[in-house]
Amino acid sequence: MATAAGSPQRTLSVPDQSDDQMTGKPPFEPWGRYPKYNANVVPLQWQSDFPAIVSRYGGMHNGALAVGMGRSYGDVCLLKDGNLMVTTGMNRILGWDPETGILTAEAGMTLAQILDFCVPRGYFLPVTPGTKYVTLGGAIANDIHGKNHHVAGTFGCHVPEFELVRSDGTHLRCSATENPDWYAATIGGLGLTGVITWAKLKMKPIVSRKIDYEGIQFHGVDEFLALTEASKHVEYTVSWIDCSSTGKNFARGVFMQGDHTRNPGELKPSPEPKLIFPFEAPGFMLNSASVAAFNTVFFHKQMKKRVTALQDYEPFFYPLDKVLKWNRMYGASGLLQFQYAIPWEHAREGTIAILNEVAKSGLASFLAVLKAFGDVPSPGLLSFPQPGITLALDFPIKPGKSFPLFDRLAKMTLEFGGKLYPAKDARMTAAQYQKSYPEWQQFRRYKDPLLSSSFWERVTREE
Amino acid sequence: MSERVLVLGATSGIAEATCRVWAKQGASLVLVGRSSDKLGAVAADLRARGAKFVETAVADLDDTARHPQLLADSINALGGLDVAYLAHGIMGEQQQSEEDFNAAAQVLYTNFLSPVSLCTWLSNYFVKQGRGVLAVISSVAGERGRKSNYVYGSSKAGLTAFLDGLRNRVDRQGVTVLTIKPGPVKTAMTMGIKGSEKFADPDKVAQSIVDAIHARKDVLYVPGIWKIIMFVIRHIPESVFKKLNL
Ligand SMILES: Cc1cc2nc3c(=O)[nH]c(=O)nc-3n(C[C@H](O)[C@H](O)[C@H](O)COP(=O)(O)OP(=O)(O)OC[C@H]3O[C@@H](n4cnc5c(N)ncnc54)[C@H](O)[C@@H]3O)c2cc1C
Ligand SMILES: NC(=O)c1ccc[n+]([C@@H]2O[C@H](COP(=O)([O-])OP(=O)(O)OC[C@H]3O[C@@H](n4cnc5c(N)ncnc54)[C@H](OP(=O)(O)O)[C@@H]3O)[C@@H](O)[C@H]2O)c1
Repeated sequence: MATAAGSPQRTLSVPDQSDDQMTGKPPFEPWGRYPKYNANVVPLQWQSDFPAIVSRYGGMHNGALAVGMGRSYGDVCLLKDGNLMVTTGMNRILGWDPETGILTAEAGMTLAQILDFCVPRGYFLPVTPGTKYVTLGGAIANDIHGKNHHVAGTFGCHVPEFELVRSDGTHLRCSATENPDWYAATIGGLGLTGVITWAKLKMKPIVSRKIDYEGIQFHGVDEFLALTEASKHVEYTVSWIDCSSTGKNFARGVFMQGDHTRNPGELKPSPEPKLIFPFEAPGFMLNSASVAAFNTVFFHKQMKKRVTALQDYEPFFYPLDKVLKWNRMYGASGLLQFQYAIPWEHAREGTIAILNEVAKSGLASFLAVLKAFGDVPSPGLLSFPQPGITLALDFPIKPGKSFPLFDRLAKMTLEFGGKLYPAKDARMTAAQYQKSYPEWQQFRRYKDPLLSSSFWERVTREE
Repeated sequence: MSERVLVLGATSGIAEATCRVWAKQGASLVLVGRSSDKLGAVAADLRARGAKFVETAVADLDDTARHPQLLADSINALGGLDVAYLAHGIMGEQQQSEEDFNAAAQVLYTNFLSPVSLCTWLSNYFVKQGRGVLAVISSVAGERGRKSNYVYGSSKAGLTAFLDGLRNRVDRQGVTVLTIKPGPVKTAMTMGIKGSEKFADPDKVAQSIVDAIHARKDVLYVPGIWKIIMFVIRHIPESVFKKLNL
């Protein structure tokens, strides 16, 4: 190389992990904004960045964790005082087969980006959570579920293959036949087995953006169960349930079901959301009165017992994505979700008992979502879904009040033979985790020594 | 016919986003970068997104002696050239540049001399063919030197002045020279800088760049607000400016 000034040395400067840098970065928050921990946030832009990046940050002796969009509510996507490796820059499509609908993509690609690419090509996600702003890697690591769990199983059921990179530099291709034990440990493996660099996802053909929707009012858990039974061949089913009302309105709700319509329609990509929750709401905005009012309005928005409609997939799957950063509605102290899965054996009595406990507490829950899980087995060793009922509730965090309620609900869940969803948790005790996820002992063999999460440190702590 | 584009520094965050827009339009692309792994991933992505043709070439663009061959090979692979897009650049460490001239010279080399070499070859090629667009990423940082990054800023100031002059020479011969002046953009280059979560989104910047090329613009400030901000900054009297902490 010839230069005007002789030969300048090419010393590629490497950022060192100084305090300055740790505070200069935007914090990485989980969706519930609780807990809040300090961490060094570094990007993984390229597949080759891991584990190369580890030595660039002095060996990352405080541990590391790959994270996606931070759409988990609690601490599965946090590592206190450690290194969070944000994967969202790793969002390339590596292959697309229009015949089979198999997409190969880097793990930081979001489901929203996948939809933008696939919908115009006549394909939809095989399983989707209630927000499209999650990454492929995050969806695998929590082995997420959607409204079609009863027919399609978990997200992992549609991931035939992926690559896992360990901190020692080992690259493992994982599928049901190649490194099957690593495949099972990594699906639902909470990011602890290594970094997922890319994955294949089997998409599902559609002919329109539209969903044939039907909403049915119900009163009580038994009516919910009857509707569930009657609709078991409908692809998507989920219920919104009012858990602030007691007496004759106890456990009233709307059973929502839908199928992709068979009538061909336009397959254009979704417009970008324009609304953004502009500020942190003061704590008093969400109280039991405002929630009760919201719930009543929601219930009666559906005027008739039964409503049918041809609905776009956006409001059907992602009603909340319309307002970006809606978690700010809960103010600076944040929110927490409580989600259990109770097996059929105790599902009915457990659900009634827990709904009673919530209603009695008078603690607000805007969003309560009830669904029956089906019996399609999850490929993951630690996957959350199991046949039975799952209920998810959002609460604003009020330490003196919501935590004791949480702890009571967790205890009840375990008594009914159920378990809690790590993606939504920030409170479960080590004893509760270890009792409800006995596979954790077997899982430990696959954990990468460099990687950890605040969740994992909490639930594996000796008590 | 699909547009034939040569991208220099194709693994840059802004360049990659720009290439995605072109891919969607079915363009043909040759991507030049330093790392074959990275280029491979970018190329696969662009193919999947609809690019008609994607080829990659590994080169350190500081190696100016290689430029003529590299450009000839790329143009050959594309079967001609409509747009050349220069995106490579380094931020450097200002403090290091203050202490060590070699560090400053490296920034000037990559951000100024290397593009000057490329633009010289490419503009002559375009003049001969009587058309073509040379789109080059400079920066708003080149509008006025600031203590926090005047070495980087001066490399971009030099580049901007060079492009002004080049445009003055070749525009009348059918060649468009577009000087792109981004404000802060969310890419690897700015990762970790305070406030970077509020920086411009590369996808939006990319769309503006493609539109500006399409419209045969001369200068693009992106996001547009930076045109006003820099107007104000340029007009602060030096006696005041020298006391500011910018
Ligand atoms: C509004 C809303 C609705 C939701 N609805 C549902 C629902 O219906 N069903 C459901 O199951 N969940 C639901 N969730 C939870 C959400 O789907 C999961 O928490 C999901 O895992 C978040 O993905 P993420 O990309 O944000 O990952 P993060 O939250 O950032 O990380 C999640 C986990 O993935 C790991 N991880 C991320 N990337 C990688 C990688 N490349 N390699 C290895 N590990 C990795 C992390 O270490 C962490 O353990 C919902 C969340 C929100 C906010
Ligand atoms: N981001 C901003 O805020 C901002 C603002 C104004 C202007 N700009 C300018 O925009 C352009 C693109 O930057 P970006 O933001 O996209 O940053 P980036 O992602 O860091 O991209 C810079 C690219 O330049 C490449 N590069 C550096 N030296 C090279 C060399 N000697 N040979 C070949 N390639 C080389 C790098 O290659 P490797 O991948 O191999 O490292 C990298 O791909 C730069 O010119 C930058 O100065 C950026």
